[in-house]
Amino acid sequence: MSAEVAYKQVFGWPDSLKKNPTHYCPGCGHSIVHRLVAECLDELGMREKTIGVPPVGCAVLAYNYFNFDMVEAPHGRALAVATGIKRVHPDKLVLTYQGDGDLAAIGTAETIHAANRGERITTIFINNAIYGMTGGQMAPTTVLGMNATTTPGGRDPRLHGNPIDISRMLAVSNGVVYVERCAVSSFKQIRKAKKAIKKAFQCQLDDLGFSIVELLSPCPTNWKMSPKAAWAWVNEEMVKTYPLGVIKDETGYEDKK
Amino acid sequence: MPSEKMLMRGSNVVGEAAVRAGCRYYFGYPITPQNELPEYLSARMLDVGGTFIQGESEVASINMVLGASAAGGRVMTSSSSPGISLKQEGISYMAGMELPAVIINMMRGGPGLGNISASAADYYQATRGGGHGDYRTPVLAPAGCQELAELTFVAFDMADKYRSPVMLLGDGLMGQVMEPVIFPDFIDLKDLPKKDWILNGCEGREPRAIFSMLLGQGELYHHNLDLQKKYDQITAEEQRWETKNTDDADIIVVAYGTAARIAESAMNDLRAEGLAIGLFRPITLWPFPSTAFRELAQNGRKVAVFELCLGQMVEDVVLSVGERAEIYFYGVPGGVIPTPAEVADFLRSVAKGDGEVGRRIDV
Repeated sequence: MSAEVAYKQVFGWPDSLKKNPTHYCPGCGHSIVHRLVAECLDELGMREKTIGVPPVGCAVLAYNYFNFDMVEAPHGRALAVATGIKRVHPDKLVLTYQGDGDLAAIGTAETIHAANRGERITTIFINNAIYGMTGGQMAPTTVLGMNATTTPGGRDPRLHGNPIDISRMLAVSNGVVYVERCAVSSFKQIRKAKKAIKKAFQCQLDDLGFSIVELLSPCPTNWKMSPKAAWAWVNEEMVKTYPLGVIKDETGYEDKK
Repeated sequence: MPSEKMLMRGSNVVGEAAVRAGCRYYFGYPITPQNELPEYLSARMLDVGGTFIQGESEVASINMVLGASAAGGRVMTSSSSPGISLKQEGISYMAGMELPAVIINMMRGGPGLGNISASAADYYQATRGGGHGDYRTPVLAPAGCQELAELTFVAFDMADKYRSPVMLLGDGLMGQVMEPVIFPDFIDLKDLPKKDWILNGCEGREPRAIFSMLLGQGELYHHNLDLQKKYDQITAEEQRWETKNTDDADIIVVAYGTAARIAESAMNDLRAEGLAIGLFRPITLWPFPSTAFRELAQNGRKVAVFELCLGQMVEDVVLSVGERAEIYFYGVPGGVIPTPAEVADFLRSVAKGDGEVGRRIDV
């Protein structure tokens, strides 16, 4: 027997992620989701065929972290920008990476109409129920009773309106083929989230229609919690307003469960 | 080969010229008085394998333009005044990100919803940036269907040359009027300028990012200085204008677009009466053709500015001429189109210096 040993790498830094330290706070879900997106693109062999659009919000600098082509969009307009890109390069994988304010407040119209046109685009939607970058104001997804800097005493539906479930709203459109809500607040959920993201990309590669994965994501800084408490709050409280699971699946893929 | 002579509506002329100039991506939202343009392109893009999307809003449409431009497409949008206001955010981003595109504005009466008649009240918005930040947008002002066709070609080339949004500024009348036009030949798409900055997937190269946010120490400062160099170059090299009868003129009337057509008729009528009127017609509004106009506006000549608004371009005339000449102004707001006879009354009044029509600008 030879002295040589065959090694197989089973874990490493994804090619689709640059080796830059992120600016995200300790316990933030963004870095986890960045990694999941990067791993999925690597596994699909799509890094060099991907064009991404980050949001305005905490992930505005995502082009410093993702190792593929990216273009900034004005606040909320990611899916309009992505539409323009996809129409020029229908053979490329086009993704938007958006927070709740970007996608479900200022960009609601762009979100709904790109989805409803059935644009062959995949949206990674980070729902942390708060405006992170601007310092903790109410998000469209802030849950009832939750304290934000603009909901003193907690979100009151009569004063501040109701938390919006944009994923369920999108699911009613015929242009949308796949909607799943996951969380990045437990190892089990993180693994599920990765499967969902990869499937959403596959939808696009198979030319099926619009796909979106919503990720409930902790924001310890603006929730004023420890990372551990923030993860627990997602798992125990946030899921009551935003139940996890597949909201719509018309992909016809075998793994449909 | 240029086309046969065709009789076409102004809005359709822009659409056909855009396709011939290699534009294959159009994104827009309906607004009167320019709906014939998206309608024309919705069919024409099918013929040539291009993309037409009726966006859900002007905001979405300009951002589709932004994305298509970043992806390397020769791209256009069109609208009219209130819709252009909505596009300003995207135009500012595209200026900051140095993304080329052509934006058609068939102006209507304002402010607010105003009316749907021809007006020229958006000169400030077009030439002063319109959106936020320290930027300029080249603005071309056609005065007829033939020029609409030719300047559409110019606009796309300028946009690519300078990596900047370029605006073609017409008005409701220019969009609706039918005139004979001969189109330049189709550009072969293979001859479009090569772009080494676009996003098309990073195969065989480092990934690219296109953005306008510059947070590092001094980055935005230097970016603005670089943009200014570009604007200085455009100012030095791209001024366009037309003159008629200026050699022997005692009065030079300054007008652009539809107003220039009316002024030209008035000039011709007054020439028959023996008044030596000449016409100076800016074709680029930014950069304003100051250099040429400064030459003309001296030796005791009077300058008479006529606009379809209450006085916006007149400020650029003042900036160009200063105290070298007496400057008079006559403007008609609110989408009202004066007759050549009314403009002739103004010019007679300027000749007499009686101040009965229009007003003297106190520099």
